[in-house]
Amino acid sequence: MSNAVSVLNGASFTGLAEVKDAGLVGMITLRGDLASKSLAKAVKECTGCAIPGIRKVTQADGTTVVWMSPDELLIVTAYQDVDAKVDALSTALTGAHALVVNVSDARAMFTVSGSGAREVLAKVAPVDFAADQFVPGGFRRTRLAQVAGAFWLDTDACFNIVCFRSVGQYVFDLLTTSADANAEVGVY
Amino acid sequence: MLSVCERSADMSTRLAKQGRLIDRTKQIVFTFNGRSMLGYPGDTLASALLANDQMLVGRSFKYHRPRGLVASGSEEPNALVGLGAGERFEPNQRATTTELFEGLAAQSQNHWPSLEFDVGILNSKLFSRVLTAGFYYKMFIHPKPFWKHVYEPFIRQSAGLGKAPDKELKDADTYEHFYFFADVVIVGGGVAGLQAAKTAAASGAKVLLMEQNAHWGGRAPVDGGTIDGMEAEAWVTKTLDELRAMENVTLRDRMMGAGVYDHGYLLGYERLTDHDPSKGGPRHRLWRIRTKQIITACGAIERPLSFAGNDVPGVMLASAMRDYVVNWGVTPGKRVVVATNNDDAYRTALILQKAGVEIACILDARRLGGGALAAEARAAGIRVEDGRAIAKVADGKRVTKVAICLQDGDGQSIEEIAADAVAMSGGWSPVVHLWSHCGGKLTWDDTQAHFRPDPTRAPISHDGKAFVVTAGTSSGPLELSAVLTDAAQAGATAAQGAGFPAQTADPASAETMPETPMEPVWLMPANADIQHRMKSWLDYQNDVKVSDVQLAAREGFESVEHTKRYTTLGMATDQGKLSNINGLAILADTLGSEIPQVGTTTFRPPYHPISMGAIGGEARGDVFQPLRKTPMYDWHDTNGADWEPVGHWRRPFTFLRDGETVQEAVNREVKNTRENLGLLDASTLGKLVVKGPDAGKFLDMMYTNMMSNLKIGKCRYGLMCSENGFLMDDGVVARVDDDTWLCHTTTGGADRIHAHMEEWLQTEWWDMQVYVANVTEQFAQIAVVGPNARKVLEKLGGMDVSKEALPFMEWRDGDIGGFKARAYRISFSGELSYEIAVAASEGQAFWDALMEAGKEFGVMPYGTEGLHILRAEKGFIMIGDETDGTVIPQDLGLNWALSKKKDDYLGKRAHLRSHMADPDRWKLVGLETVDGSVLPDGAYAVGNGVNGNGQKNTIGRVTSTYFSSNLNRGIAMGLVKQGPKRMGEVISFPGTDGKIYEAKIVDPVFYDKDGEKQNV
Amino acid sequence: MLILECPYCGVHAEETELQAGGEAHLKRFGPGSSDEDFHDYLFMRENPKGVHFERWRHVNGCGKWFHAARCTVTLEVFGTYTAQTGTPPQALLDEISTKRPGWTWREFTDASAPHAGAEDAS
Repeated sequence: MSNAVSVLNGASFTGLAEVKDAGLVGMITLRGDLASKSLAKAVKECTGCAIPGIRKVTQADGTTVVWMSPDELLIVTAYQDVDAKVDALSTALTGAHALVVNVSDARAMFTVSGSGAREVLAKVAPVDFAADQFVPGGFRRTRLAQVAGAFWLDTDACFNIVCFRSVGQYVFDLLTTSADANAEVGVY
Repeated sequence: MLSVCERSADMSTRLAKQGRLIDRTKQIVFTFNGRSMLGYPGDTLASALLANDQMLVGRSFKYHRPRGLVASGSEEPNALVGLGAGERFEPNQRATTTELFEGLAAQSQNHWPSLEFDVGILNSKLFSRVLTAGFYYKMFIHPKPFWKHVYEPFIRQSAGLGKAPDKELKDADTYEHFYFFADVVIVGGGVAGLQAAKTAAASGAKVLLMEQNAHWGGRAPVDGGTIDGMEAEAWVTKTLDELRAMENVTLRDRMMGAGVYDHGYLLGYERLTDHDPSKGGPRHRLWRIRTKQIITACGAIERPLSFAGNDVPGVMLASAMRDYVVNWGVTPGKRVVVATNNDDAYRTALILQKAGVEIACILDARRLGGGALAAEARAAGIRVEDGRAIAKVADGKRVTKVAICLQDGDGQSIEEIAADAVAMSGGWSPVVHLWSHCGGKLTWDDTQAHFRPDPTRAPISHDGKAFVVTAGTSSGPLELSAVLTDAAQAGATAAQGAGFPAQTADPASAETMPETPMEPVWLMPANADIQHRMKSWLDYQNDVKVSDVQLAAREGFESVEHTKRYTTLGMATDQGKLSNINGLAILADTLGSEIPQVGTTTFRPPYHPISMGAIGGEARGDVFQPLRKTPMYDWHDTNGADWEPVGHWRRPFTFLRDGETVQEAVNREVKNTRENLGLLDASTLGKLVVKGPDAGKFLDMMYTNMMSNLKIGKCRYGLMCSENGFLMDDGVVARVDDDTWLCHTTTGGADRIHAHMEEWLQTEWWDMQVYVANVTEQFAQIAVVGPNARKVLEKLGGMDVSKEALPFMEWRDGDIGGFKARAYRISFSGELSYEIAVAASEGQAFWDALMEAGKEFGVMPYGTEGLHILRAEKGFIMIGDETDGTVIPQDLGLNWALSKKKDDYLGKRAHLRSHMADPDRWKLVGLETVDGSVLPDGAYAVGNGVNGNGQKNTIGRVTSTYFSSNLNRGIAMGLVKQGPKRMGEVISFPGTDGKIYEAKIVDPVFYDKDGEKQNV
Repeated sequence: MLILECPYCGVHAEETELQAGGEAHLKRFGPGSSDEDFHDYLFMRENPKGVHFERWRHVNGCGKWFHAARCTVTLEVFGTYTAQTGTPPQALLDEISTKRPGWTWREFTDASAPHAGAEDAS
């Protein structure tokens, strides 16, 4: 464990919003039949969370379950718990057609929080961030300027952003550029 | 009779009173061509220049004629200046839309040596007869040799307007994009836009209202009239307050609607710091707006009149002249002649007169003259002449005298009047640009003599319904109460279109002076002779005259689009805002056709030029494009990596040591890997997990060879072809468990092959039970290569990596040196080799451990060039070198990887097509130069005979070529016609350096032909 | 810039989230097929002025492929639907017939148009 380092190693920036490297975060990709009871049961037992609705997340005890696509979930949890959870899910889903795979190290994760968070993200993603449109528990996979990315909103002011590890530096730079303290739009 | 009045010195100057937009309590210092001048906050550069008697602002593009301000807004064609200096210099900025700030530095353009004395004016005198329509087309065809040495330098010298910024300097400013969503967006914050916004917002719709200027209300506060019983300005303030109080309304000033695109996409160009560069933050913000409905309330633009000398500085649009007086307290002259074909221009005369400016005369081209406003002018003692026209304004750097004539005549002067400015009005054209950008059609309005939007043929959105509505003068009506009624209706229509409850349109009521209809005047006077027409400008910016359009028509350019390109009418940076209608009216007249039949040219975004910076947004510097970095990127960077872009990845080409050349470093790495121990960062290789009951069946379709029968724990090299049969990717596949495979792809292939697999799974074989996950970036993968590879892993300890425990082409999971790892015993170098995958987050630590443990075994990292040489020495193909999208496995001697057992796989059917089975296809061979030198990359081999162009026939080409330090000679691979049958033959490769390279066709495996080194 | 609604995740995705995938409902010809059938499968495509059926992928989104029926002249989108089908949904075909009477595209046509009936009869 001591050898593991996240992409930006805890970097942070404060401007219109606070942009922070979330450090090492455990992530599990689960592909399967999201409508099946056995899968829902396995997820519930492993994470405490229900299967989220389309473009939603569910959360319990520090674990977030994210709806990625009609047959894919992303389970976001503590980095050190991933192997155990992968094993538990795989065991619980024995016999079912499903894929459970650890992707913790394939990703970078950032948080963007504070009153300017919506505006910062609205500069890089073609998504409506109006408060009545993007609500807590909401999730989107989209584009962050030139790369694929995804985010969900925990509370009204904290977005969690996930991208591929290789472009972690790019996304961090993108978010800090957008969070320039002099670049307030004043819309949200 | 002829009389020239005595006059005082002509001058544009600041008036003692007026100027609703300026703050006279504070002065601003700025410079024009280095000369210090004074202005006020609220001034535009244009109004401040006029206040300093700087009427002459530039020279024209083709003839270098002196030019002055014509307009007061974004339609200005002449007053283009270079703004700023150094990293902030920008050419072709309009003085009329540039807000004045302390320290502003502007330079005029298109003159040498100075604005006042320009040598280029000679062009006008000497060449005005030859610089006619189609001049470039006619002039630069013959003689051919003149093109390179005479014509091209000449055109390069004169092309473009202002000078480009210094190419060595970077723009010092920053820019950004902003995505925004609304129900209704209104472009234009004049009274129509405000009214439309008010009506739309009342429905509850989310409304965005944008205004390109720093102030709201448009023309109404200048033009007069009352709204709801109050002065227009007071109504504007009150309405703004009401809108600001609404939560569903967003107001933005200094933001222009730049373009309307499909499905409700609209670009808003917000200028944040142009008016105050000391502010900090982004200079421009490009709003990428998606809206259900768009209301264009962009107003109308006044048309110039086409008379001789209508480009002499001091000739100005009538509306602009009163803008300068009312908004900025500046008069363009002391004695003004007004020429018009409508009542509106009388307002200018009345306003100027009230401001103390002498109106020499109003020339109303209409035989019966104007209505109530004309009566008011006469009552005010102004001389008004009906049926009269301007015959000519005397040439010069400033208006000095105006010859007048009968409008119905040919230009015979009946009187000369001394004047220092001329206000002209040819009627008004609605701003239809945004309506037209996405397909909105126009209709000709005979009464107003203009094209206006046809609401029955609006732009269509994704739902098949109209999504653009026009409001106010943008729709056609010019009279204030009609404008407000139309705008309220537009607001209601848009709100309904956006799905909000129908609102009763309740427009503000307005009162203005009644007007007598205008009469179209396309040429002044109507029968002007050629001498006059040659001096009557249509397009000021591109120097196109009435005579040019007439010539184009006579030469057969009857389509308005052809005439535009032939004459360059409307092709300058103002895109013909002032010239289009006048030009096509002249064209219609010359063709004996009607204006609606001639039609307009196409309106394309942006409405007004926007900065390149805004288009690029944040994408500059560090975030110009995403760079993909492996977990060991920083280590490579601090240890001499010479970076090579591989897609968006950056991979070390080689690791340079002090004093080494790139070639020396590569040679060292390649030799050391064969003799001792090399480490390669192979993390960029794609890794796809394929799992499910049908995974084996699916992979048998994806790969040309069989993957379903691969044993757990083993690896197999596989090829992928497209349905066309062409080789698209290769890599090692590992069987993980009963229903799981891990497929390696090339560096560039991870996303592409992942998408390829998903495409077939989702769109063709959706009944197959297979899931694919891209785990490329989960792992740092390091190739440990060379005779000492096993030793270093054994030193780190953990997993048994012996020949027996981990044979060639197998893999194992386990611990290596305390790291959880998966080791693949595979080789792309022909050496003893392991590729070890660890968690990406631990990649750097594992790399460090290998470097440390490898010290005693001569460890050295190697880069992509070393990788290439090592594989080429072994005759291994590289996707992208030996393949280019036209190469099939059979071309590369890879028939062994094409399964004969399988009924079907992607590419199998295609390989049976006649061209694919052609025995003359170019096939892979090794190439050795006769003298041991290195063949040029991409060189073609030539054979006997020539082709239809007299060029030698080609019989092959070089696909990979390197210097091999192990073999101490150049080695290459290539595709040669019937190559494998021609072993030993020497063929010729002419280089681009003029040399002929002779190379012998050999086996492509240059090193360790029996594969003994990798299998130890 | 187009907007297409992804039938899987419900996002009204702008074009920058999407990847165009060419003509929809191609029938694959593999080993055993005639040269002509295979050639047509690889290379022959519709280029209609009007109703068209296409494949798109929500690539910067849920990653799923879907089909879209739209008018190449007005860019009106008649509807989007799952990629896991060989034929467009009947309700969508009916809607297109209402909006573009007499339309025809490959084997699909306005079933209510007179000529379609005549063809059926022959």
